Amino acid sequence: MAPPPTDLVDQLRHEIDEEAPLPAIVLPPASGSLSNSAASVVNTVEEEEGDNETDEEASDDDSDKGPTFIRSLGAWSKPLHFTPPPTLPEPATPRFGVTEMLQKKRIGSEIEIKNHPTETQGSPKIYFVHFYYSTTSLDTSSSPFQRRISDLGDLRHRAALSRLPILSMPIDKIFKDDASEEKGERARMASFIGAMAVADLVKSTLGPKGMDKILQSTGRGHSVTVTNDGATILKSLHIDNPAAKVLVDISKVQDDEVGDGTTSVVVLAGELLREAEKLVTSKIHPMTIIAGYRMAAECARDALLKRVIDNKENAEKFRSDLMKIAMTTLCSKILSQDKEHFAEMAVDAVFRLKGSTNLEAIQIIKKPGGSLRDSFLDEGFILDKKIGIGQPKRIENAKILVANTAMDTDKVKIYGARVRVDSMTKVAQIEGAEKEKMKDKVNKILAHGINCFVNRQLIYNFPEELFADAGVLAIEHADFEGIERLGLVTGGEIASTFDNPESVKLGHCKLIEEIMIGEDKLIHFSGVEMGQACSIVLRGASHHVLDEAERSLHDALCVLSQTVNDSRVLLGGGWPEMVMAKEVDELARKTAGKKSHAIEAFSRALVAIPTTIADNAGLDSAELVAQLRAEHHTEGCNAGIDVISGAVGDMEERGIYEAFKVKQAVLLSATEAAEMILRVDEIITCAPRRREDRM
Amino acid sequence: MALAFDEFGRPFIILREQDQKTRLRGIDAQKANIAAGKAVARILRSSLGPKGMDKMFQGPDGDVTISNDGATILEQMDVDNQIAKLMVELSRSQDYEIGDGTTGVVVMAGALLEQAERQLDRGIHPIRIAEGYETASRVAVEHLERIAQKFEFDVNNYEPLVQTCMTTLSSKIVNRCKRSLAEIAVKAVLAVADLERRDVNLDLIKVEGKVGGKLEDTELIYGILVDKDMSHPQMPKQIEDAHIAILTCPFEPPKPKTKHKVDIDTVEKFETLRKQEQQYFDEMVQKCKDVGATLVICQWGFDDEANHLLMHRNLPAVRWVGGVELELIAIATGGRIVPRFQELTPEKLGKAGMVREKSFGTTKERMLYIEHCANSKAVTIFIRGGNKMMIEETKRSIHDALCVARNLIRNNSIVYGGGAAEITCSLAVDAAADKYPGVEQYAIRAFAEALDSVPMALAENSGLQPIETLSAVKSQQIKENIPFYGIDCNDVGTNDMREQNVFETLIGKQQQILLATQVVKMILKIDDVISNSEY
Repeated sequence: MAPPPTDLVDQLRHEIDEEAPLPAIVLPPASGSLSNSAASVVNTVEEEEGDNETDEEASDDDSDKGPTFIRSLGAWSKPLHFTPPPTLPEPATPRFGVTEMLQKKRIGSEIEIKNHPTETQGSPKIYFVHFYYSTTSLDTSSSPFQRRISDLGDLRHRAALSRLPILSMPIDKIFKDDASEEKGERARMASFIGAMAVADLVKSTLGPKGMDKILQSTGRGHSVTVTNDGATILKSLHIDNPAAKVLVDISKVQDDEVGDGTTSVVVLAGELLREAEKLVTSKIHPMTIIAGYRMAAECARDALLKRVIDNKENAEKFRSDLMKIAMTTLCSKILSQDKEHFAEMAVDAVFRLKGSTNLEAIQIIKKPGGSLRDSFLDEGFILDKKIGIGQPKRIENAKILVANTAMDTDKVKIYGARVRVDSMTKVAQIEGAEKEKMKDKVNKILAHGINCFVNRQLIYNFPEELFADAGVLAIEHADFEGIERLGLVTGGEIASTFDNPESVKLGHCKLIEEIMIGEDKLIHFSGVEMGQACSIVLRGASHHVLDEAERSLHDALCVLSQTVNDSRVLLGGGWPEMVMAKEVDELARKTAGKKSHAIEAFSRALVAIPTTIADNAGLDSAELVAQLRAEHHTEGCNAGIDVISGAVGDMEERGIYEAFKVKQAVLLSATEAAEMILRVDEIITCAPRRREDRM
Repeated sequence: MALAFDEFGRPFIILREQDQKTRLRGIDAQKANIAAGKAVARILRSSLGPKGMDKMFQGPDGDVTISNDGATILEQMDVDNQIAKLMVELSRSQDYEIGDGTTGVVVMAGALLEQAERQLDRGIHPIRIAEGYETASRVAVEHLERIAQKFEFDVNNYEPLVQTCMTTLSSKIVNRCKRSLAEIAVKAVLAVADLERRDVNLDLIKVEGKVGGKLEDTELIYGILVDKDMSHPQMPKQIEDAHIAILTCPFEPPKPKTKHKVDIDTVEKFETLRKQEQQYFDEMVQKCKDVGATLVICQWGFDDEANHLLMHRNLPAVRWVGGVELELIAIATGGRIVPRFQELTPEKLGKAGMVREKSFGTTKERMLYIEHCANSKAVTIFIRGGNKMMIEETKRSIHDALCVARNLIRNNSIVYGGGAAEITCSLAVDAAADKYPGVEQYAIRAFAEALDSVPMALAENSGLQPIETLSAVKSQQIKENIPFYGIDCNDVGTNDMREQNVFETLIGKQQQILLATQVVKMILKIDDVISNSEY
C-alpha cells in the first residue's frame, strides 16, 4: 500500500487510508507554481501504486488530455471502478470544473483562489478524476456557476465566459433530462454492435446441425420454450438496442411472408454489417457501401434467377421437388429424425389446399404421448371436443348445422329490460316461458332436419337433453376458429337465426365418430365435402417437443404453400450463397471506384453462411469453404456442404433443395435492413415514459 | 441577479424566488440561444441532400423510428430547450405549409444564427442584424422570382411533375424505386386535383401501409382501401356494382338515451318482448334490402343474430369501420352517411364498381378494396415494404412527394435544386449588399454567406470537398451568368441541374428563406432568458 501524496487523494481513497500510514509527502496547500510538482507527484504515485490501476489510469488519461470533454460519452466514459469518496470535498463539483476551466484560460484565477485556495491549488490532476466523474452533473448545472459569476459582477469574467468552450453554454440541455444522443462514429458503432450481437445470438442455430435455445419467460410460471426457430427466439428477446430491433423486425416479417429462413436473414444482415464495419474503419463512406451493396444484391438475385429450376409442368417432378424442400427445411429442426414422414405429411397437406396459401385450413392438433413418429395426417376434420352424454357416438351421412348462438339462457336484448314480479308463481311462470322459448329454439333447429349440431357457445343441460332426445349430436363450445374451419370444411354456413330452415345451407360429411388419441377422445369428421382442409395430429413426448414440432411443421407448410405458387427451386446446402458470391465477386472486379470494396464485402458476407453451417456442424469450415469455392469455379457445378458426411458434395444427388422465394426474401430483406442501419448517423433515445403505479 | 433598492435602502423583490431561477441576460442570452439553435441545426445538417444520413430514434416506449425527414426528426427528438423548440416549430410550419424542405429550412436557420454570432462578436447590435437579414431575405426572394421558370404540364403530360417529385424522393431511403413512387404520387395528385381552381385536397389521398412484400409492390388504387374484412367469414369476397349503405347506427336493438326500464311481470309481456326483438333485427335488415343496398358498411358492431340475418339475406357487411374511413368512403362513392335506418333511401346509397377482399402473406390479414367509385376523386396509395419502419418512412416520403406535386399544381414555377438556387441568391444578395449604407451591409453579407452553407452541407454530405466545390460552382455561375449550376451530389459528371433534372418548387424555396429569417429574427431579439432551474 503506497502512501497517497496529498490531502485530497487522502480523501479520495478514504477506505484505503484507514490502514495506510500517514502520507509521506504532504503538500502545503499553497501557490499555483506548485501545481506542476503536484502533477509529478501523482505520476510517482502511479508508479508505486500497482494494485489500483484503474483509478490511476483514469486520472492519468485525463491529465494527459487536459480539459477536453467529449459530450455524452454515456456509460463508456465513467471510470468503471471509481468509487466516489463518501463525502465529497466541500464545494460541489461543478465549481471545480469552473475553476479549472478559468485557470486554463488564465483569466481571473486570483478570484478563484481567494474563494477556495486550498483545493484549487492542491492538485488539479485529481480534480479531474472528479470532474470527469461528474460531467453529467456539470451539463445540467452550469447555471449556478453562471449566476455566481454575474453575482460578482466582474466584467472580465463575463468576457471570459463568452470565450469558454460551448460546453458551458446551456445548449447541452436541448433534450429532456433522461434523453440521450449518440452521434456519428459512436452511433454507428452502437448499432453495429447491437445488430451483430443479435446475429451472433441466433447464428448457432443455423443449419442442420444447429443447436437449440431455451427461452424462459419472465412472466408468471417462468414457462420454458425450447426452439431452433430464429423468429421465435428473437420475438421473445427483450432488446434495448434500436438497431437490434430492426433485425428482430425483419425476422418477424420473413416469418409472416415466407415462413422460413428467419435465422438466415438475421445472420446475413449481421454479416453484412460486420463487413460494413470493416469498410467504415478503412474510411469508406457508408453511402458508398450502400451503393455497392445495392448493386451486389441486384447482381446476386440475377445470379440466382439464372440458375433456378422450375418443374411446374411436370407434376411428378414437382412433387418430388416439394418433398425435397420440405426435407431440407425440416432437417434443421427437431423433426429431423423423421423428416421423411413429416415431409410426406406436409406435402400432402399442402397439395390438398390446391394452390391457396390459406394455412388455416390445415389444423394442427397436439396430443402429448407416443412418439413423434406416431403423428399422422388425417384428411378429415378433427374437433377437440366431447360428445354430449346420451347422444349417438357415430353418425353416418351427417347433416351438420354450424351455429353461433346462445344456448344457455337466451337473454332479452332490448336495453333496460328486467324482470320484476310480485309473486313466486309469476317467477315460475316466467321461468316456464323461458324454457318454452328455449324449447322453441331447439325445435326450430331440429326443423332443419339435422343430425349434428355444433355451436360456438355453451349448450346448457336442458337443450342438450332435448337434442339427445331427438337423437341429434350436439357439440358445445367449439372455439371460433374451429367453427370457421368446420364451416369451411363441411360447406355449411354459420347460422345464428333459425327461422327459415329451408334456406340455411347445411354442412355434410360421410361419417362422424368419436376417436381416441392417446387418452383423449376427439370427434372426427370424415368424408367432408370440401377436400381442402385436413388435420395433422402431432404426438410427442412433452409439450415442449410438441410446440417445437408445430413450429417446424408450420415453417415447412409455409414454404411449401409459397412454393406451390412460385414453383422455382434452388439447390441448398450453401449452394445458392456460393453461386451468388461468385457472381458478386466477378462484379466487384468489373466495377471501378470505391464501390467495388463494398461489393467484395457483400460476397464475403454471403460466404459466411456456408461457413456458419459448417462451423455449427463441427466441421473444418475454412477447408470446406475453400474447396467449395474451387468447385464453384467450374460452370454449372452443384457442389454444396453435405453436413451429414462432412464433406463437399453434389446437392442435386443428395436431394437438398430450397425454395427460390425464401432465398430471394432473405437476400433482399437482409440487404434492406443492413442499408437502413448503415444510413443512421445519429441515435436519439427519448426519456423512457414514466410508469405511474396505480396498482 | 440585480437587486433594486428603494430610497430607504430596502431591497425590492423583482423576481419571486430568484434563487431558484436561472437568468441569462444581454449578450449571454443571445449567445446561449444561438448555440442552442445551432446545436439543433447541426443534428439535421448531415441529413441534407441525396446522400444524407438517417437518424434513429428510440421512443419513450422503446419503439424505433428511422427517418431522414427533417420535420419527423425534430418532432421525435425529445427537445426541452425553448430555443430548440422554436426550431422544431419552424420545421413543422414548413411541413404544414409546403411539406418539403423541412431539413433545409433548419439548416438555413442554423447558418443564419452562426453568421449572426459572428456579427455580434463584431459588436453589431442584434436588431441591426435582424433588419439586415430582413432586407437580404427580401432581395433573395425577389431574385428567386426573377430566375424562376414556369413549366407546362397537363393531365397527359406529367413527366415534369414526376421529375420534381423524384428530386424530393432521392434524399430518402426509398430512392431505390423513386421513379415508380414519384409516378404514383403524381398520378394520385392528378386524380384528385381540381385543375380549374388549381387546388388539391390532400385529404382525398389516403396512404395505407402493410408490412410485407417489396417496396416495388407499392400501388395506387383508384378507390379506397379499408383495413377490415367482411363481418361473416362466409360472405362473398367480391361484389360487383355495389350499392353501399353507409350506416352509423349499430345493428342492435335501439338504446334510447333517456334512462328507462322495461319491466317484465307476466308471461305475455315476456313473449311480446321476445317477438319484438326478433322483429327489430328483421326490420333493420329488411330496410337495407328494400332500398337496394348490396353492401352495408357500418361504424358499429353487429349482434350475432343480425350478422347471420345479413348473411342469410345475402347482404355482405363490414363492421367497425372508423369514422375517417367512413367519410372517405362516403366521398368516394357519392353516398351519404345515414344515422338511422328509417332515413335510408336509394339516393343515399354510395356506388362502387367493385368491392373485393384480398388476403396477404401467410398470416390472416385481409383488406377490403373499394374501387371504381362513382366519384373517383378519392385515391389510396398502398405501400408494401420489408418492415414497419420502412413503411413509416415511405409514408413520410410519399407525403413529401405529394406535397411537392400539389405545390406545382398551385404554382408551376420552379427553381433549380442541388444548391443552385441558394448559390445564385447568395450572389444576388452579396451584390445588393454594397448598395446599402450603414451597418446593415454587414448583416446582408452575412446572409449571403449563410446561404452558401446549404450547398456546402450538400457537398460535404456527398463526400466532396465543400469549399473547393462551392467556389468552383460559384465562379461558373458568375462566368456564364446562368443560375442552373449546383452541386453534383450523385457524381453524374455535370453541374448543370437542368440536365440532371433536379427541380424544386419556387414557393417551397421562398418559404424556406422567409421562415428561416423570421425565426432567426425572433431569436436575435431575445435578450433575457428567465427559467426555473429546477426542472
